Amino acid sequence: MATIGDDFPILNRPLADGTPLVYLDSASSAQKPRVVIDSLSECYESYYANAHRGVYQFGVQIDEALEGSRERIARMIGAESPEEVIFTSGTTMSINLVAQAWGRSQLSQGDEILVNEMEHHANLVPWQQLASQTGAVLRHIPLTDDGRLDLEQLSEYLTSRTRLVAVTGMSNVLGTVNPIEKLVDAAREAGALVLVDGAQSVPHAVVDVLNPRVDFLAFSGHKLYGPSGIGVLYGRRELLEAMDPFLCGGNMISEVGLTESSWAELPAKFEAGTLPVAQAIALGTAVDYVQGIGFDEIGRIEGALLSEAQQRLTEIPDLVVHGPSIEHKGAIVSFSDERVHPHDMAELLKRKGVAVRAGHHCTMPLHARLGIVASTRASFALYNDSSDIDVLVDGIQYARKTLRRG
Amino acid sequence: MGNLGWETSVSDELYDELILDHFESPYHRGELESPSCTHTERNPLCGDRVQLQLQIDSEQRIQQAFFDGEGCAISQAAASILCEHIEGKTLEEVEEFSAAAMLDLLRVQLTAVRQRCGLLGFKVLKTLVYSHDGAAGGSA
Repeated sequence: MATIGDDFPILNRPLADGTPLVYLDSASSAQKPRVVIDSLSECYESYYANAHRGVYQFGVQIDEALEGSRERIARMIGAESPEEVIFTSGTTMSINLVAQAWGRSQLSQGDEILVNEMEHHANLVPWQQLASQTGAVLRHIPLTDDGRLDLEQLSEYLTSRTRLVAVTGMSNVLGTVNPIEKLVDAAREAGALVLVDGAQSVPHAVVDVLNPRVDFLAFSGHKLYGPSGIGVLYGRRELLEAMDPFLCGGNMISEVGLTESSWAELPAKFEAGTLPVAQAIALGTAVDYVQGIGFDEIGRIEGALLSEAQQRLTEIPDLVVHGPSIEHKGAIVSFSDERVHPHDMAELLKRKGVAVRAGHHCTMPLHARLGIVASTRASFALYNDSSDIDVLVDGIQYARKTLRRG
Repeated sequence: MGNLGWETSVSDELYDELILDHFESPYHRGELESPSCTHTERNPLCGDRVQLQLQIDSEQRIQQAFFDGEGCAISQAAASILCEHIEGKTLEEVEEFSAAAMLDLLRVQLTAVRQRCGLLGFKVLKTLVYSHDGAAGGSA
């Protein structure tokens, strides 16, 4: 019987020593289906040219493919128009774009940016930098002990001084799915904008930027089964139009004189330089692929994996799974084994063909809040199945035995 | 290579007997009551931490070496092996002790990433030796 895993060539090749690969690091980067790989090859083999520059046949063809991809992405996230979809290099660049192009001109002394302890460094450090540049103040929503945003005292943190709430749709460590709607309502009331870091959430569930109405949404192509090096910033049109450019150079101008220039319309204003055009087109293919399977089906597959993984890991003595119960999270299981350090765990799981991540996963403040320096993270995607959890659980026992802690 | 330690017999297995023995029953894990010097370093990538304390006598000889910390089996076992190795050696001898010799002591082949674990205690030792002011016996 054909399975989703069959669509992914890398999952069907044994590792160098013959062990089958059990890939549980999709939260770091997802593997690519054949159609995405083919889309890249097809672009380079049959119609590659730079975007927005050629009047020759390939120049026209590549622009059509690129704009077609932008339209598909806009439809997937529910944007009102494709011009609100800016191609960037990934989530990190998307967030930095907002911090600099919006924040530098809009924030001043005493304004507040509301973040929280579970954020990835990419949704924390750009705001720290912006705060130091503008005199704005960073405030933090506290976390509950089970790793959810503690919104009990939200009005204490989200006030008329708050200009922006930057929050992840889903924690890359705890898997916590945040209540965006509640935050959006509260932010609107306080007159603040909301930026959602969708790096983890966009690949796993339907996103509609109009409901709840978010102002900015940042995400990466490579976690959505697309190529690396390409990502998206969605921004509400009025905001993007009012913003200054982030990077300056080719394509983003309307008129250039020797001493001053005027800016191009959206989205070109924010797409200076040569785009990774083949990757942008292949991201559109990835969107088609994901939508072809459907987020309902993805939710069903990943929900079952999460439920099984959570239960089986929780049954292991001296092992703690971090984060909330499964109703509040996506398909990520980060754990601390009191008998085996994460570094040793990852090393020993590697021998069983299992790819997991060990470390702080770019969330040092979160790990400090959890009182640990590192954790081991298994993350699931639409191509995983129950047998992967068997190998993981056996691997954990193998690691303990190897370290004489079985 | 190294002339300061064991006969080298490199094993393919990362977690061999020596590493596991030291991980399980470390040599001088803990703290000295009045060390001549103390220093701690972390591996920023994985958070491994090793603290090293030395008791140095008037002849600049390491009387006692204790380590403490937390981290993977490699970083902790390597710190234990290091403590055992340097006791009784003079600071001058320790200055000549090379990273390659330290890795030889571990008797396993480490990848570049794991060498940072294996050399964490060594790094602490080098910092201590080069910053030690030569005042023997007393506090650092």
